[in-house]
Amino acid sequence: MNEKKPDTELYDDPSDEDQETQPAQGPVLFYNDLVVDHFMNPRNVGEMPADEASGYALVGDPSCGDEMKLWIRVASDRIVDIRFKSFGCPGAIATSSMATTLALGKTLEEAAVLTDDDVIEALGGIPEDKKHCSLLGINALQKAINDYQLKKMMQHTEETDDLS
Amino acid sequence: MIYLDHNATTPVSPEVLRAMMPFFQDSFGNASSFYRPARTARAALEASREKVARCIGAAPQEIVFTGSGTESDNLAIRGVCRSFKGEGRHVITSSIEHHAVMKTCDDLEQQGFTITRLPVDSLGRVSPDDVRKSITPRTVLISIMTANNETGVIQPIEAISAVARERGIVFHTDAVQAFGKIPVKVDELGVDLLTISAHKVYGPKGVGALYIRKGTTIAPVITGGKHERGIRAGTENIPAIVGFAQAAETAVQHLGEESVRVAKLRDLLETAIREKIENVQINGSDAPRVPNTSSISFASVDGESILLHLDLRGICASTGSACATGSPQPSHVLSAMGLSHMQAQSAIRFSLGRENSREDVERTIEAVRETIEKLRGISSVQA
Ligand SMILES: Cc1ncc(COP(=O)(O)O)c(C=O)c1O
Repeated sequence: MNEKKPDTELYDDPSDEDQETQPAQGPVLFYNDLVVDHFMNPRNVGEMPADEASGYALVGDPSCGDEMKLWIRVASDRIVDIRFKSFGCPGAIATSSMATTLALGKTLEEAAVLTDDDVIEALGGIPEDKKHCSLLGINALQKAINDYQLKKMMQHTEETDDLS
Repeated sequence: MIYLDHNATTPVSPEVLRAMMPFFQDSFGNASSFYRPARTARAALEASREKVARCIGAAPQEIVFTGSGTESDNLAIRGVCRSFKGEGRHVITSSIEHHAVMKTCDDLEQQGFTITRLPVDSLGRVSPDDVRKSITPRTVLISIMTANNETGVIQPIEAISAVARERGIVFHTDAVQAFGKIPVKVDELGVDLLTISAHKVYGPKGVGALYIRKGTTIAPVITGGKHERGIRAGTENIPAIVGFAQAAETAVQHLGEESVRVAKLRDLLETAIREKIENVQINGSDAPRVPNTSSISFASVDGESILLHLDLRGICASTGSACATGSPQPSHVLSAMGLSHMQAQSAIRFSLGRENSREDVERTIEAVRETIEKLRGISSVQA
């Protein structure tokens, strides 16, 4: 996986050194390095064709500020692939990325109990007034798992219907 | 660093800093005192008043120094409304004012005033005809900004002031974003009250002025000593006022050539962005604008996300909206112009200034192009 260092070396400001000691310095420090990294280099971005996706979710509403689409592929009750796209602020993009990172490789049972706090903790915290943006990723994940389970149930019913 | 946020604030220019320095330690006297150092301070205060007055075509006695543009707006609006006591109960303003005017009117509304907030057209302009139609026998004040801070769009102030004059209503304009960028002369504009602020024209922060046309009745908001003819109490901030006067003078002196230079850079920025990036919209671009400001909506990406990308490349710009506390609040200015929540949320304001070069603009264009491409690749919304 892409574990590149954050793109902060692009910052060619000679006063870079003393930035560490100046906490209230705008968005970069406002978000920590890991959040900035997940924002600049989001993991698992993309779409999944319908025939590959086991579950899909659409959460949020772009006319209210943010939206996320999430696809999962499940094999043997495990999330083996996950993709997302999202529209929103840096907090929304970084937490979407981290939510997919946490979910990938987990069993459905494990993934279903992931919370927003898990995402925030894994990112080393996000600013208080950005916490509402972090709801998107976990929300989408739970909905995609539900979607998968619903589809499976319906398939199962169809199969049992066929038998009768 | 490439600083493209001059509508937020500007650096203090070297000659302004030089002018200010003697008044911190050498001529530190209180302008109200009797002895010599105080007389130096008082002389500097009055010389500054003259300079600022000259810059806007006013008489020195018509200038009151305040602690900020925000304070000048408060003094103009509250001062006029209070001077009318119970008689008048109606103020006309626009839906695109800076918070300094908007929140002051909101507050007056709480106190029982009726406020009319005029709409703007899709280019962000108030119609003088709407002003005329909104006037009632109880209207005491009209307050419409000269140029908007987010879009740079210039309002038809002469036409509005003609309406105000005809009906004998006091007219205030917030010229904070116009001053130093376009000619601002109180008689040409026909206004009774006009706000300016030093830190938008390479002067220090925390000092502003209010022009009060001779004969305009205004009650003080800050009471205390007899400073500023009793209209604004508080020991004058002489270094800041001296710096303001120097900054104003320089800005007005160089306005002709500088506005042409900056307009060229702004046009280069806008033309290249339109050419290189699909689905962009330049807000208010068909209206007359101050030469340095450009508000651009980039479909299907979030403004704050664009800003952070640019910030990491050492480019400073701003958004009208901030995603905080609940759902993001899109800019009231862009919303009033009819932009959807998403169009307003995807807007970035670039405001150019003195230190910007052609190379700065070229680097910005490239950085913006890359940023938008990257963010659109992540976006769940089709551009
Ligand atoms: C249009 C307008 N009015 C008023 C102000 C406030 O001026 P100050 O920052 O000096 O209080 C600003 C600056 O943000 C402005 O853009």
